[in-house]
Amino acid sequence: MDNKPPSSGAFFPRNFDLHPPASTPRYKSSVARSPQQALVSIGNSAGELTGPAFSREILGPKDNDLTCNWARPGQSAIGERIVVRGRVLDEDGRGVGGTLLEVWQANAGGRYRHAVDQYLAPLDPDFGGCGRTITDEDGRYEFRTVKPGPYPWPNGINDWRPAHIHFSLFGHGFAQRLITQMYFEGDPLIPLCPIVNTIHDQDAIGRLVAAFDWPNTIPMDARAYKFDIVLRGRRRTHFERN
Amino acid sequence: MVQQLNHLRESSSQTAGPYVHIGCTPNVAGIERMYGGSDLGADMVGERTKGRRINIVGRVLDGIGAPVRDALVEIWQADHAGLFNSPFETRGDADPEFPGWGRQAADWDTGGFEFRTIRPGRVPYFDGRLQAPHLQIWVAARGINLGLHTRMYFSDETDANGEDPVLNMIAHKSRIPTLMGTVEGSTCSFDIRLQGDRETVFFDV
Repeated sequence: MDNKPPSSGAFFPRNFDLHPPASTPRYKSSVARSPQQALVSIGNSAGELTGPAFSREILGPKDNDLTCNWARPGQSAIGERIVVRGRVLDEDGRGVGGTLLEVWQANAGGRYRHAVDQYLAPLDPDFGGCGRTITDEDGRYEFRTVKPGPYPWPNGINDWRPAHIHFSLFGHGFAQRLITQMYFEGDPLIPLCPIVNTIHDQDAIGRLVAAFDWPNTIPMDARAYKFDIVLRGRRRTHFERN
Repeated sequence: MVQQLNHLRESSSQTAGPYVHIGCTPNVAGIERMYGGSDLGADMVGERTKGRRINIVGRVLDGIGAPVRDALVEIWQADHAGLFNSPFETRGDADPEFPGWGRQAADWDTGGFEFRTIRPGRVPYFDGRLQAPHLQIWVAARGINLGLHTRMYFSDETDANGEDPVLNMIAHKSRIPTLMGTVEGSTCSFDIRLQGDRETVFFDV
């Protein structure tokens, strides 16, 4: 198995102040899709403390290289070549090893390869828009891609998404399951975005903005961005009740 | 002065958006042949999987009653004996032929989903009391800002459901039926209502 040995203890209770509330009317899609009743707090039993673990055997050699994992032979996606690297950590600062990380994004022009996306920007015949990897034992990951373009979307009359990459993470227990988005340092669209602004904590927004990582930029190849993700931590004590 | 805890803070959730299928079920989304042509979690049960087969069918519905056609639904469940196929399972070894995890995109036309799985065994609550057989369900979609955790129990497990610690924690007893899948033969029907009069119970886990 790829995951570290079991550690006892429930996950730290989720701090909902760091997350968007369910209903955020400036992001219109949330209005009819937001539960109105309070969540019922049930704590962690075996089903919440465990979660699916994925073997590295599922990974193909190009799964974490979006520049070529859907390209025609000998071709490469169009756009600014970047590598995104970082760590998946828990709230104790420990690396979350052996966990699946899935990403998806628009192409360099801001267009998704999806039936719903009718934006004017063209599709790239050599870009599918998804990738995946499994963190190493210290929680490190990296993938290569092209920088996604910003794009307009139907919400307000003139709303634009900042350039972003979607991340899906599992952690070690199903209670850690998380989907989030990574933004890029210096993007002027970040503070204008109704989806970014579903988060009311400015520091928390900042933690979703990847830093330009000059030292790790690969000469004559790709600029680097650093993006760490923090999943819920868990209690580690010999005095557990459960 | 006091010492600092130095805990990190969990990364904030952002909506999965309308294109979640590109990342999580690319072959359904039209990214043909991605990852060898099969999506993770699409198949849960093989010939050698132990346990009674059951097909879970349902829809995710919004507050107006319309199907959420771009939903992503995941389930996580115990095997036939109540064990999870996870390195963090401490009670024993689960059936190696059953992953316990499944993932489906809602049907683009109808909003329906279907999981072909097995009926799980009973799992203890953290205080030792047995829970009734259930699936854990996680829903993400455009418009859902933080993935939603719920559960599906089986309507024909009357005695076990009656003593389930989680069901008994729900203050409004009239809401318990929102967590009941209706079993008819080898099919179990379960709709998830995000909002409205019969809003499904969602959990803080």
